[in-house]
Amino acid sequence: MALLEVQNVSYSYEKNKPVLKNVSFRVEEGEHVAVIGHNGSGKSTLAKLLNALLIPASGTVTVDGFSSADKKSLFEIRKRVGLVFQNPDNQLVASIVEDDVAFGPENIGVKREEIKERIDFALSAVGMQDFLKASPMRLSGGQKQRIAIAGVLALKPKILVLDESTAMLDPAGRAEIAEVVKTLKKDGVTVISVTHYMDEAMTADRIFVLSKGEIIKTGSPKEVFSDRETLKAAELCVPLATSIADKLKENGVDVRGDVFTAEDLGAALCV
Amino acid sequence: MRDVSFGSYYPAKSFVHNMDARAKILISIAFIVAVFLVRSFHFLGFAACAFFVVLSAVTARIPFFKVIKSIRTILFFIVLSAVLQVLFNKNGTPLWEGGFITDIGLINAGFIVARITLVVTGASLLTFTTTPVELADGIESLLTPLKLIKLPVHEFALIMSIALRFIPTLIDETDRIIKAQKARGADFESGNIFKRLKALIPVLIPLLISSFRRADELADAMDARCYAGSKNRTKYKKMKLSYRDIIGFIVIAGLITGVVFLNKFYIVLAVGV
Ligand SMILES: Nc1ncnc2c1ncn2[C@@H]1O[C@H](COP(=O)(O)OP(=O)(O)O)[C@@H](O)[C@H]1O
Ligand SMILES: [Mg+2]
Repeated sequence: MALLEVQNVSYSYEKNKPVLKNVSFRVEEGEHVAVIGHNGSGKSTLAKLLNALLIPASGTVTVDGFSSADKKSLFEIRKRVGLVFQNPDNQLVASIVEDDVAFGPENIGVKREEIKERIDFALSAVGMQDFLKASPMRLSGGQKQRIAIAGVLALKPKILVLDESTAMLDPAGRAEIAEVVKTLKKDGVTVISVTHYMDEAMTADRIFVLSKGEIIKTGSPKEVFSDRETLKAAELCVPLATSIADKLKENGVDVRGDVFTAEDLGAALCV
Repeated sequence: MRDVSFGSYYPAKSFVHNMDARAKILISIAFIVAVFLVRSFHFLGFAACAFFVVLSAVTARIPFFKVIKSIRTILFFIVLSAVLQVLFNKNGTPLWEGGFITDIGLINAGFIVARITLVVTGASLLTFTTTPVELADGIESLLTPLKLIKLPVHEFALIMSIALRFIPTLIDETDRIIKAQKARGADFESGNIFKRLKALIPVLIPLLISSFRRADELADAMDARCYAGSKNRTKYKKMKLSYRDIIGFIVIAGLITGVVFLNKFYIVLAVGV
């Protein structure tokens, strides 16, 4: 059984306006999945369904064997699926880094000595161990978001869901988060990143393309970004390097092979 | 970030920072009592209270300008109360023939300024040296007896610490909205008080809307981190009284005794004169 199973899930906030329609997929342990889709396609709704902030109207979400339809497994699911949102300012509950990271473990009744261990573990995982006593208000956007991630990691989740967690960050902040995701993947954490940045999606093992509440394509980054029809239907663009390669081809430059990343582009041009 | 001195924690390692939040809260309340015990016309008592503030600020390693700045937020209020005292006090002898400003009016104004300044600087020292979480934990602990009559003490403390946490964020946001409205030609500086208040409406409404959005997102983020009220919740920070707190209690007891003594001393002096 896969770590995360979503079966025929539909959801609507208002009657007769389904936001998600019959969505199904599985995510295996240790996978990195990116979810892309234009604004309003239902990405955030999907993210909230994954950790039982929302309960499907029909269909089931199963995490590690716990179904979100079962009220008793609510906290088992939330412990296993950590959800990080877009705006770091609206996720931090405390004015001191360590107090904020402690919030999750406190909520699930972890003992004091172990909370200390978890804080150290979570802050080192995001490279913020030197900011234990700092005030998040004085940190950069990227650093704040790393604290928000640490706050979720302190619950020791198996799955980390990032709902456009880089959308409000500058390029430096985005790079910081990308680095954190890389480390977490190495440590075996399953990562689901919802993103607007195609270059970010390129780093995933698989991409789900969401359009108008339906998953219209699943595949490796190469498969997805080669399928221009689907991207067009989902109103999405291709990674920067790919669009540069397209422009070069249009203008008669000989670009061989598929180009998805800066490295691809360099290789294609320098041969 | 605009400098918001009042209500923001000033990180430092000091004797006062290391004191128990509960002790600091009780001492602050005792300090306010001391300030209010000082009798009118009696500025020696204020000098004692001011000495206490200076002593605390030095022990807490808070730069002095920070403490002074905390008054800035309510400077308008202080000046207003002083001016009202001066203008409308009818007691005492006029300073000049037929004048409306009296000696007692001036003394009372000075008295009010001293009182408010001392209370605010004293209270700001509490928030400078105590993180909002410690503060909330301290209040929760002090109010624990009220749980017996089913008052939501934990929720109250949490609301308070979150409110404190969001003050700088919301001040930042207010700043941004004011700039945005100015860029669209809004005028906040001219006209009478009513015009100016009206000019604030386009600031307050976006602020209100964004606060609701923030509250919504924060609630989701708290749920996502398994928040479920005070049931089965543990606390990371341990509260423990230490010798520091005992010293604090002794000092504040000394201050109150001093103020009471000075009040009596003044009466003797006045009778003597
Ligand atoms: N709380 C809500 N109440 C009503 N409608 C909502 C709510 N949240 C989102 N929606 C609607 O659901 C749709 C999908 O939203 P969302 O999942 O946030 O999309 P995305 O994250 O991809 O931008 C949008 O049309 C949005 O207007
Ligand atoms: Mg969204």
